[in-house]
Amino acid sequence: MYRYDEFDDKLVGERVEQFRRQVERRLAGELSEDQFKPLRLMNGLYMQLHAYMLRVNVPYGSLSSKQMRAFAHIARTYDKGFGHFTTRQNIQYNWVKLEETPDLLRELADVEVTAIQSSGNCVRNITSDQYAGRAEEELADPRIYCELLRQYSVLHPEFSYLPRKFKIAVTGSPTDRAAVALHDIGLRMHRNDAGEMGFEVLVGGGQGRTPFIAHTIREWLAPEHVLSYVEAILRIYNIFGRRDNINKARIKIIVNQMGIDKYRELVDEEWERIRDGALKLPQEEIDRIDAYFAPPVYETLEDLTTELGALREADTDFDRWMGSNVIAHKIDGYSIVNITLKAPGRVPGDINADDMDAIADLADRYSLGEIRVSHRQNLTLVDVQQRDLHTLWQELDALTLATPNLGQLTDIICCPGLDYCNLANARSIPLADDINQHFLDVDHLALVGDLTVNISGCMNACGHHHVGNIGILGVDKRGKEYFQLTLGGSSDEGASLGDRLGRGLPQEEVPGAIEAIVDCYLEVREDGERFLDAYRRVGIEPFKDAVYGTADNKEVA
Amino acid sequence: MALIKNGELADDSFVFVDDDAALPPNGAVIVGLALWQTSREDLLQRSEAIGLVLKSDQPPELIGDGLQQLAVIALEFPAFRDGRAYSYARLLREKYDFRGELRAVGDVLLEQLHFMVRTGFDAFDIQSDDSLADFEVAAADFSVWYQPTADGRDTALELRRRQ
Repeated sequence: MYRYDEFDDKLVGERVEQFRRQVERRLAGELSEDQFKPLRLMNGLYMQLHAYMLRVNVPYGSLSSKQMRAFAHIARTYDKGFGHFTTRQNIQYNWVKLEETPDLLRELADVEVTAIQSSGNCVRNITSDQYAGRAEEELADPRIYCELLRQYSVLHPEFSYLPRKFKIAVTGSPTDRAAVALHDIGLRMHRNDAGEMGFEVLVGGGQGRTPFIAHTIREWLAPEHVLSYVEAILRIYNIFGRRDNINKARIKIIVNQMGIDKYRELVDEEWERIRDGALKLPQEEIDRIDAYFAPPVYETLEDLTTELGALREADTDFDRWMGSNVIAHKIDGYSIVNITLKAPGRVPGDINADDMDAIADLADRYSLGEIRVSHRQNLTLVDVQQRDLHTLWQELDALTLATPNLGQLTDIICCPGLDYCNLANARSIPLADDINQHFLDVDHLALVGDLTVNISGCMNACGHHHVGNIGILGVDKRGKEYFQLTLGGSSDEGASLGDRLGRGLPQEEVPGAIEAIVDCYLEVREDGERFLDAYRRVGIEPFKDAVYGTADNKEVA
Repeated sequence: MALIKNGELADDSFVFVDDDAALPPNGAVIVGLALWQTSREDLLQRSEAIGLVLKSDQPPELIGDGLQQLAVIALEFPAFRDGRAYSYARLLREKYDFRGELRAVGDVLLEQLHFMVRTGFDAFDIQSDDSLADFEVAAADFSVWYQPTADGRDTALELRRRQ
């Protein structure tokens, strides 16, 4: 993992003290709320329905056990004993007090964690693949470039007042777990025809009320140019991005208004000027950052898949968990273990302080002390020895953290919704729970297999509904909450936006509608194809009939 | 309101002239882009210094000939949220090699001074009462920076490499 040196430490400490002065100026009335708002936002502090919410960065989703314990401490000391992991691999605290935030931030700085630019119209937390550096199929480790981009973007003097927020994601695997095509800039590592590793650069993806899949602006970019190319994209956006309407201010709007070819022309012209300047990365700097992400010292272990088979046969619950939550590791004898924060009765992504401490302990004992956060709001232990899997599973099960539903329909991405957020139209958390309660048969869920369900409480799409295989959007119809379903969305390497299924449904009808969709899928499924593939093959009509046919009959009855 | 230049309170010898106002017969003036574009030659004939103010939707490429003869380029922040002038400042310093006074005018908020200094501004119209003291505090917010920008300060990378 990356470790701060004296310069990082100093900068983060100075940022805390600067924010302390800003809070003092606000409390003394020297700053108006209007003036203070962008300053607090740039440090992750939002005014929500009931209290201030603080969003803390987990850079590219990578945490040490020590940092996780600090999160638990913050939850107990400054909040009501829990935190919420978000789709940007961050953690949010929903009940902080303004006057206490400088001390809170100082405590976080002590474990090399910040809230710098977790909000505001600036470059946000750089996100990545939760399996980075560990996945079998990975081509190159994206974390090196995530860290270079993190440093580059922190307190960038030119790009701290962009037209709107700016999100960058990097993947080093052909399987895209970082949703790069739904980002303002997506970087996808791959080899060019000459065999050299570099980046495909995507630009202008995003969700919200006007969703777009990103365009490729450059097929291949040498790693030494990654910062200068990103700077050229940002500069053109800062100058040409729309500032007349907050809903049209994201880069996706200007890219699509201008056309990708024109945008590329402007970027390339600017990039030609700066590409060999101070931002060109010296190889020694790439190597220096790379060293922080060197693989840990792995033991030479036998692959235990066969031995585990006997244990799996003896214990159905263990077998289910192995089948859904445990992923192959690039090193023999090791596995990647996912802990989903989704279960009946649990708010998706929420975790209490005791569980944070417990997971930190498990990471120390079984996984070299590192924890990852995924954009699907789950946690991952990336270096578990296969011989420890059964014991680890028992310990997780005792903590009720062994729900075997990774990637299944109850592994729901869900925004905070109207329970917390002042933008929401509808309560997404209770709906996520209704769905969980409706689909309690774990064997049925396993049979259905990979199926992403994403819920947003409003069109701002924090719950990624556009790219859920089943997307659910909360809408307000004459003061009543309804939910609009979309099908066929995907955020992976074949990203697509979902198609609207039909009229919105009241909350109580949504679980039944999902059941109808699932049953329809099981009927049309060929050769074990995933829901998404079946949907793409048969189209939306059978699903419309399945949902609205049933509902209409009900109404007649 | 006070003008701070190169870290000190300074007298402002320039007069801002609106596009539709008559040009005073003498004295240093700062004019808008429209007047600059129509009367460039006449303006450059004057014996006193000339400045140009750009609104936030007027990028520096519109200045054209005579840029190097300008004593002042003022960049307007119509609202502190509008960050275009940061890019214009860097372009003026780094692309057009402008060495004259680069002045931040408009909604110049104390909390943004360090960003302005780093992007190449060296003069600031500050609204607050105790502007010089405030300027000194705000400009000293940070001593470490990651980005190479127009003010030429050492970045964290350069400091690391020197160790």
